[in-house]
Amino acid sequence: MTAIIQASNLTKVFGKSTAVDHISFDVSEGEIFGFLGPNGAGKTTTTRMLTGVIPLDAGTATILGHDIRSEPVQAKQRFGVVPETSNAYTDLSAWQNLMLMGELYGLERSRAEQRSADLLGMVGLLERKDQKVQAYSKGMKQRLILAMALIHEPELLFLDEPTSGLDVQSTQMILALLRDLNQQGTTIFLTTHNMEEANRLCHRVGIIHAGKIVAIDAPEKLKVAIDRVHKIEVSFDREIPGDALTGLSGVTGATRTGDKWQITADNRDVAIHSIATFSRQNGAAIVTLNTLAPSLDDAFLRLTQEAHS
Amino acid sequence: MNPAGFSGQMQRAWAIAKKDIRIYYLKGPVLIFGVFMPVFLFLAFFMGGRQLPLSFLISGLVGMTLFFTATAVSPAIFPWEGSAKTLERLASCPVTVEAIVFGDMIASTLFGIGITVITVIIGLALGLSLLHGIMLLAAILLAACCFSAIGMLLAVPPTNVPSNIMMLSSLIKFPLVFISGIFVPLEQMPSWGLVLAVFSPLSYFTDLVRFSFTGDHFFPVWTDIAVLAVFTLVLTVVTMYLHKRTMPRRM
Repeated sequence: MTAIIQASNLTKVFGKSTAVDHISFDVSEGEIFGFLGPNGAGKTTTTRMLTGVIPLDAGTATILGHDIRSEPVQAKQRFGVVPETSNAYTDLSAWQNLMLMGELYGLERSRAEQRSADLLGMVGLLERKDQKVQAYSKGMKQRLILAMALIHEPELLFLDEPTSGLDVQSTQMILALLRDLNQQGTTIFLTTHNMEEANRLCHRVGIIHAGKIVAIDAPEKLKVAIDRVHKIEVSFDREIPGDALTGLSGVTGATRTGDKWQITADNRDVAIHSIATFSRQNGAAIVTLNTLAPSLDDAFLRLTQEAHS
Repeated sequence: MNPAGFSGQMQRAWAIAKKDIRIYYLKGPVLIFGVFMPVFLFLAFFMGGRQLPLSFLISGLVGMTLFFTATAVSPAIFPWEGSAKTLERLASCPVTVEAIVFGDMIASTLFGIGITVITVIIGLALGLSLLHGIMLLAAILLAACCFSAIGMLLAVPPTNVPSNIMMLSSLIKFPLVFISGIFVPLEQMPSWGLVLAVFSPLSYFTDLVRFSFTGDHFFPVWTDIAVLAVFTLVLTVVTMYLHKRTMPRRM
């Protein structure tokens, strides 16, 4: 697949502090790439370098085939940016903000008007298009800047904490829009520290800690990779002795928790098959069976703690 | 169209200028300040009993009006937009720093010209005759560009606190008025004053306005125009270069 973002040895130094320390990664066409990290890890600085807002101190960043240092305008023409803080002009109306964006991206007036109407309808602001942005709620402002970032139908969208501090309605609307955009072919670079959001939305995530990348992989693979011992929770319709379960193939231990057994296994697939066979052979019907995989939160915490220590 | 090309960037600069006019200039207080300040300054000098001829006063007033209005708002735009994060929005758009600066300059140039025309009309209404109208128009256009560049130059320090810039702006602008032949004719200035006046673009504009109304001038007219043009070019290039260097520190 074509790499839409190619970051190589990206570095940013503020005074004596290295905010981003020689990080390298690629984002492929059509991908939703989540960029995760604790506060101050270097997420926003990385996004600002990739979008040409601040200069790189070392390394290279190629966006849609354009070097962000030597061809910033050509690169910016093809991507949109949704920053963490709403930065629409509050003294202008939503319509005026969109028309300004249309002009800054070189759109014909009629095209800008058509896109503005469509986008305001899409984000639910068409009826309030002539109202000044200063009267908008945080969620409305965030939806507006998403519309502003999409005015020129970008191939790539950068979003920095797009749902931070928003109500459920606005959050769901934005996430649904991002999914739709991605299905239509837009590549998305999403900075967030909302693990659930990244887990549900992203094809791959990169975790940054103290300016360095500590892991890049698919969310499910990251979760599995951090814990080699898997947990399975199972309950039967009658009492089962614990030692009967510990002797099963793939099972390394069994602990009673209420009416359930929490089983540890070094091979989840083998253990589940053994439990099913045990259930059939002993006439003990399985009532519930859950695999307790580590969450992305667990993966994130483990990886960032390992990097810290 | 190539977005990085000259015409693409000029279109974007014009969009920024329209935005500036709408947000920063077409405000009641700004317009009132722009109209009333020159009128009251004129009345202060007219009634001050210094027995200066009306043509001298109006020339100085036109010079002062253009200088103050073209540099009134532009120094604060970058700090305002930096603190509101709208500058980051512009920086992430396909617009060069030069186009952003040029857009701000266009807005302040138009504002300066608009208010200065009112001052000229006041002069004409008081019975002053305009001897060289085309020259006055050319001088106003050129000086408006020059003073706008000065306004943007004042915005170079990368602070996002507008009051810091406005203080710096006043510290530089007011002394400049006193050495530019507005209150004291250049021919009556001491030699040290003349040395300073040579380095002020306002001196050449005031000289051109005086020539337009009275036919008198201190420097040769074409020298006035050439020096103003050089000041405009140099200040614009320097302003754009410095903003390009300091812009990332505002983000």
